[in-house]
Amino acid sequence: MKFFSAFYKRKIALGGLLFIVLLLLFALFSPYIATFDPQEMNPVDKLRSPDGTYYFGTDNFGRDIFSRVVFGARTSLTGSAGVILFSLSIGVLIGVSSGYFRRIEPYLMRLIDVLMAFPPLLLALVLVSILGRGMGNVIIAVGATYLTRTTRIVYGLTLKLREEPYIEAAISSGVKQKWIILKHILPNMMSPLIVQATFTFAFSLLDMAALDFLGLGIPPSIPSWGNMLSEGRMYLTRAPWLLIFPGACIVLTVLSFNLVGDVLRDRLDPHFRRDIEGV
Amino acid sequence: MLPKTNTPLLEIRDLRVSFPSASGHIFPVDGVSLSIARGETLGLVGESGSGKSMTSLAVMGLVPRPHGKICGGGISFKGRNLAELSNEEMMNIRGKDISMIFQEPMTSLNPVYTVGDQIVEGILAHGAMSRREARDRAVEMLAKVGIPGPEKRVDSYPHLLSGGMRQRVMIAMALSLDPELLIADEPTTALDVTIQAQILDLMEGLKKERTMSVLLITHNLGIVAESAQRVAVMYAGRILEHASTEELFRTPLHPYTRGLLDSIPRMEGRVKHLRAIPGMVPSLETLPSGCKFRNRCVYAEDLCGAAEPPLHEAGPGHFVRCRRWHELRAPMEGGGAK
Amino acid sequence: MIPSLLLASIIVFSFIHLIPGDPAQIMLGDQATPEQVQGLREAMGLDRPLYVQYGRWLSGVVRGDFGTSIFFHQPVLHVILDRAETSVLIAVFSMMLIILVGVPIGILSAVRYNSRLDQLFSGLSMLFASVPTFWLGLNLMLLFSVMLRWLPTSGFPSILESGDWTNLRYLVLPCITLAAPNSALIIRLTRSSMLDVAKADYVKTARAKGLSEGAVNIRHIFRNSLISVVSALGFTFVALMAGTVVTETVFSLPGIGRLVVESVLRRDYPTIQGIILIIAFLYMVINLLVDLSFALLDPRIRYS
Repeated sequence: MKFFSAFYKRKIALGGLLFIVLLLLFALFSPYIATFDPQEMNPVDKLRSPDGTYYFGTDNFGRDIFSRVVFGARTSLTGSAGVILFSLSIGVLIGVSSGYFRRIEPYLMRLIDVLMAFPPLLLALVLVSILGRGMGNVIIAVGATYLTRTTRIVYGLTLKLREEPYIEAAISSGVKQKWIILKHILPNMMSPLIVQATFTFAFSLLDMAALDFLGLGIPPSIPSWGNMLSEGRMYLTRAPWLLIFPGACIVLTVLSFNLVGDVLRDRLDPHFRRDIEGV
Repeated sequence: MLPKTNTPLLEIRDLRVSFPSASGHIFPVDGVSLSIARGETLGLVGESGSGKSMTSLAVMGLVPRPHGKICGGGISFKGRNLAELSNEEMMNIRGKDISMIFQEPMTSLNPVYTVGDQIVEGILAHGAMSRREARDRAVEMLAKVGIPGPEKRVDSYPHLLSGGMRQRVMIAMALSLDPELLIADEPTTALDVTIQAQILDLMEGLKKERTMSVLLITHNLGIVAESAQRVAVMYAGRILEHASTEELFRTPLHPYTRGLLDSIPRMEGRVKHLRAIPGMVPSLETLPSGCKFRNRCVYAEDLCGAAEPPLHEAGPGHFVRCRRWHELRAPMEGGGAK
Repeated sequence: MIPSLLLASIIVFSFIHLIPGDPAQIMLGDQATPEQVQGLREAMGLDRPLYVQYGRWLSGVVRGDFGTSIFFHQPVLHVILDRAETSVLIAVFSMMLIILVGVPIGILSAVRYNSRLDQLFSGLSMLFASVPTFWLGLNLMLLFSVMLRWLPTSGFPSILESGDWTNLRYLVLPCITLAAPNSALIIRLTRSSMLDVAKADYVKTARAKGLSEGAVNIRHIFRNSLISVVSALGFTFVALMAGTVVTETVFSLPGIGRLVVESVLRRDYPTIQGIILIIAFLYMVINLLVDLSFALLDPRIRYS
């Protein structure tokens, strides 16, 4: 029965958590962990396979892959964190408003529905073309696609919570709307939102890497895993290490977040599980 | 009607069912012994959590896997020990020799198949008839349970039927292959009072037609008084008292039984308070030592906590699990629920 | 549906025209004089106010005329249909793969809940859901095309034109690449849906009737999970149809996803609009079909 597994995380999820912590450290202390300057080009040493000096080998410009991967961690984590902040804050705003104040509901939700009709990557793509490249714009573009999903979930949760007897009780005792929202509705959404945030982190990382890969994301001057894969594509056969390491990092990071998110979801009230769509 | 033979149709001996729990194991069924004769209705009475449903699931071999299992005792049915049979062997018995109906008619039928399809499905699973014959049988059973226009109704979807009708369908389905034993787990609890009587009458009538035995599980003593020949009272996985219905209602010996009968609100006379049994059903993880009922028993003494009393034979066919039964032999005031 | 489509088209229109960059300028290149650029703009009707442009476009659409592609100088519809073959075939075959792999594994996982098999499948599907499609594609390409030489690396010669069905082998790797992460999703959804349904009372009844576990699992549990599964499959299909940009890039396939990207880069407004409108339309059609299937699958919905 469930109460067994709830008492300790699956060992593999623990591994995932550890990896995330490791990643965080790498991102925070990149300059100290990296062995070389990620932008430094040493044409003499180009396309060397991994060895004692260049742990992950070098790319076609002679740049150290290991250092670039380390700094890439910074890029990826910042990006995904940004997406979460963006989509969650606006999503909660819109979701709670439409869920709670029935008057605006039809207009807002219609808009969201329409936005959801576009395949997420395409939407992000179009947005990036409008806004231009760069970390901030990528965050907004990708964030916008996750916005719709978050809003939907928040909206559903608000509707459900609204019907709870204790909310009715609060309203009839004359508590102000804003207070109700802040004190009762929002805190009860915390758990499913946290779970949603973990998964958003994971998938937005994939999306941003995809944008980078297509050459539409973060400019190549900033080391990012997606960019490295895009550049390394040509050397698929000659220097596979250009692809292995950044790719593996993406996989491991996303996997870790998925694992942790899964465990988090299991520990929560099973009622909420059904409300989290899309994952 | 066939003369009753002496060998009971179903005999449960010392049955134990275990489930893993945070603190080891719990036993929702702990040493239960019952027997049902042919053509007899046995009422199994108890509050929720007493283990009565789990007992019936054990008989059917439907104890929730993978965690629950029968860990002791035997279930003797027509010469076989059901507790030792494989799932495949039990599959043959379910629906054919022993059938079961449940408490919630509203959710006990699959909403995506017609009523007829579901009855036919059960029949065909036992390879007894062709599809044509099975369908005819389904219509026949629907008529038997009193559903008007059975030829049309057989193609209805469950959601178009009322609760009472759905329970009739369940009965039709359960009896379609003429089982010798019907287990009815709270068959009328979810129904309106007026419908309850109809369903009970229906079950009585069908039972008489075919010498079927019934294990009637309920928390409602009124139902038991009306339909059962014998009654067993269950609490925390154990049988506390069992006797013929008449005897039990006339001379209840166990404090729990008395408490149950006492708590039935009465229409005649002046009633100042509703009498309830103090306390609550204990969780299976924190059962008291000795007699499991002693924390709620007004007659409990220190010795009651020392060891669990065995079933004492208080009279022919009347057994009670209480140390002080002979002191409590005075008949109930007002003659009990009758 | 129509109002939503309208809204969608307005949004798309405004968005696209917000993209900085002038198509006329792009077409003529750096050497063009301002007069030439202006002349082209007028010829393409780009100098009119936005709402006029929108109106003209809309009236064309209603008549089936999606305008002319700025880049290709051909009717937009034609341009899109050219690429449609690739995208449709990929979508269809990937869907088939997803259904054939995802659903049975999902059922198996649910039936053998928490067994080693279930844990293995859960782990694998989580792994596949975590892999970026382009990385998977590249690795598959490395393995099957470069090292083993079983399959071609890139491109896709048209089947319709050549009538050569062996050309399908060009689509094998892209389809696998697309199917992998999506199957993972379907596996998890099927599994959790079945686990939910398994708790229902009618499942207990089915067992009590003496049905075999197999019959219970398929006829009762799976059958009642179908609605969730079909819903997810519908959504997956739409995502497949156009969200395949990355895979098309990796395998150099002439599909609609790449067309969108390229059109955005070229500021080929009519093409972009046409594609996005069609995709939105498709999405709504699929939603409708899925809703209709609900009525088929659940008699309760039929009667309400």
